[in-house]
Amino acid sequence: MSKNESKQKIDLFQFFYKYGTILVIVLAVLFFSIRLENFMNFNNITNIFRSVSIVGLIALAITMALTVDGFDLSVGAVAGFASVIAAKIMVIWEMSPVWAITIPLLVGVIVGMVNAFLIIKVGISDMLTTLSMMFLLTGISITFQNGTAIYNYMPLPDNAGIAPGMMHPAYLFIGQGKIFGIPFPVILMLTVVIIVHIFLNYTKYGRYLYMVGGNEEAAKLSGISTKKYRLLAYIFSGFIAALGGLVLGARLGSGEVNAGGSYLMDAVAAAFIGFSVLGIGKANAFGTLLGALLMGVLLNGLIMMDFPYYSQDIVKGIVLIVALGLTYYRKKD
Amino acid sequence: MIRLEMKGITKSFPGVKALDQVDFSVGNQEIHALIGANGAGKSTLMKILAGAYQGYEGEILIDNEEKTILSPVDAKAHGIVIVYQEVDTALVPHLTVAENIMMDEIISPKQKIMISWKKVKKEARRELEALGLDIDVNRLVSDLSLSQKQMVLIGRAVYQKAKFLILDEPTAPLSIEETRKLFKIVKKLKEDGMSIIFISHRLDEVFQISEKITVLRDGQFIGTYNVEDMTIDKIVEKMLGRKLENTFPKHIGDIGEEVLKVDDFSGTGGIHHVNLRLHKGEIIGLAGLVGGGKTELCKLIFGEGTIAQGKIILNGKEVNNKNPAHAVINGFALVPEERRKEGILVHESIEANLTLPTLNKYCNYSFMDRVKMKNISKENIQKIGIKTPNEKQIVANLSGGNQQKVAIGKWLLSDAQIYIFDEPTKGVDVGSKAEIYSLIGELVKEGKSVIYATCEFSEILGLTDRTYVMYNGTIAKELITKDTDEEELLLYSTGGGQNVQKRV
Repeated sequence: MSKNESKQKIDLFQFFYKYGTILVIVLAVLFFSIRLENFMNFNNITNIFRSVSIVGLIALAITMALTVDGFDLSVGAVAGFASVIAAKIMVIWEMSPVWAITIPLLVGVIVGMVNAFLIIKVGISDMLTTLSMMFLLTGISITFQNGTAIYNYMPLPDNAGIAPGMMHPAYLFIGQGKIFGIPFPVILMLTVVIIVHIFLNYTKYGRYLYMVGGNEEAAKLSGISTKKYRLLAYIFSGFIAALGGLVLGARLGSGEVNAGGSYLMDAVAAAFIGFSVLGIGKANAFGTLLGALLMGVLLNGLIMMDFPYYSQDIVKGIVLIVALGLTYYRKKD
Repeated sequence: MIRLEMKGITKSFPGVKALDQVDFSVGNQEIHALIGANGAGKSTLMKILAGAYQGYEGEILIDNEEKTILSPVDAKAHGIVIVYQEVDTALVPHLTVAENIMMDEIISPKQKIMISWKKVKKEARRELEALGLDIDVNRLVSDLSLSQKQMVLIGRAVYQKAKFLILDEPTAPLSIEETRKLFKIVKKLKEDGMSIIFISHRLDEVFQISEKITVLRDGQFIGTYNVEDMTIDKIVEKMLGRKLENTFPKHIGDIGEEVLKVDDFSGTGGIHHVNLRLHKGEIIGLAGLVGGGKTELCKLIFGEGTIAQGKIILNGKEVNNKNPAHAVINGFALVPEERRKEGILVHESIEANLTLPTLNKYCNYSFMDRVKMKNISKENIQKIGIKTPNEKQIVANLSGGNQQKVAIGKWLLSDAQIYIFDEPTKGVDVGSKAEIYSLIGELVKEGKSVIYATCEFSEILGLTDRTYVMYNGTIAKELITKDTDEEELLLYSTGGGQNVQKRV
């Protein structure tokens, strides 16, 4: 008797461990659909996805660092910095949107390399390295933008008139455009999710990243260039964060570093909720997407139900605790 | 006279019955060895006694009175203390020896709010002196050697007035000298009234120290015997349930031309001026005691560490093993000593582990061919005899011997020419040992060359063609295996000639 009971208990826990997060999303969607007549229409769904797209991208950046058991707190600042550079290139320097897209991405890659250098070669812990980088980039951005956001027709300092350049429509399309009625940021994010998923699960590089994250010493003694793959993870992290920054800048139609910082904590939460999806127990692209979506759905629904704004963080906190609880409770034994 | 009895102990984990109606009893100032192959249930049985599990079936009697042990606190209250093999899990590294020995006193509810450090140190010092140990109580535990850490834990057990002390494979990481010291202390504890349960894989030690032997096999109680009535062969037979046939492969491959030459090699870990040669189809031994530099040399050849001077010449050409990745490309393979930490990824599947070093082979344009990986893994699991339901099994769930087979198996798929084994049979049961030896025999038959590092001299004698004895980071002596014996190996591995040491 007691054996059967305990077996059932284990199975039930196993079920929640694997499908808990998905179940919560489904229940939340069901609940809001019943309570709110406008929840389940195309516009609102699109809205949710669009609001999730930037967090999703930044969370994917963190996901890359997490695969090698690292961490990247600089992703929010990288995103903000990318939006500032893009804006400055177009609005102040009047350069082509091609540069406004490539240069920020390149900067993202360079930041990733610097992070990796400090972590791997100098030996500062990942958390502290990227924390420092976060401060550094925020400071550089603010200096770079002379303390104010950069936008079309902005007044220049010293009464030098208004900014000469304009945000190019092709750039703004990244954040505001639609293809067949679907916002471009959503398409971009889903594409990156799929690419990262394929990369992590179907290529040898992804396998190496996970192995390095699982046990660096064993991976190294299996002949893997662990440093190379840790570098790779941070480069991807910087690149994807910068991509998120471009979407952010194009969406706002301006460049401001602080806009990026506010996405950091949500992105961290999304990536960690992702651990619990399907009981995978490690960083993964679809999990991260679902993590971001879960928070997007909850926030959207709660706002529509007129919940006060401060309750949002309470909800986020609870969701994160439950998801982490599911992941780590089983790891114990 | 205190007697502890465990009767009809049964313990199940999801899917496995780890113990089935096991009886075990110890008492009367006895040193009692508990032995069995890996996965026999020794550790599970002792963990139950130490309160590490919250449930079990059967009864535990102390002086014929039934006791329930559901937590380490219960166990301690009945005077049962366990010293796990992983001593670090029970110690606080950045606290002093004194604080660690007296830890239970310090954290007990009876402890006054203000701690008298003078008293703590005094009592800790007295405890160590009683054990005949010379360790400064002010030292940090993180600065101690492994054997000293063990002593600190034993000191703690004595301070707790333990009546039953469980030592879980205490000698596995110890040198001969340290083992001797440990045994002296164990015997003294016995005279002072303690009963000791001793888990070990080293049967020669079991016969030296213990009075009674209990054998478990596959979670079943096989029997309890007096040492006088048993021999190593008989015990092995009980452990395996069959007679152990000649463990070492009889035929060793034909030895060919020289393939590897390590020339005046120095570097990380105190390795200096090492010269060695290895031929095709040859097994050379690296014999030596713990701390002699075997592991460091193995790793250095494999590119882990910094080479200060000297060179590695493979097939007549100098190769630069500047890191393990390069070494693998150059045709080297290492099965490291610390299996769980360095040899395998315990949280990954058997398949992921087996295919890791050779992943390139199963990729088309960097994309993994999963079907191919699955088939290769299945094939290999069968070939090396890994006992598992399927290739997706997480390696952490395998027994020690099977884990080691994974650590070895992952290199069998590579085109490596030089195989380096560092203590591959450490903590591995007798049956798996024989299988590992025969795997190595297969390798040299295929024309590979093997460096075999071990502190078990019987392995050197049984397996190798030639032997280099290491002492203090360098080669002390080169010996032809068939012309040497354990005495001679021991002589050179302890510093050559000046003081010949024997085990206890």
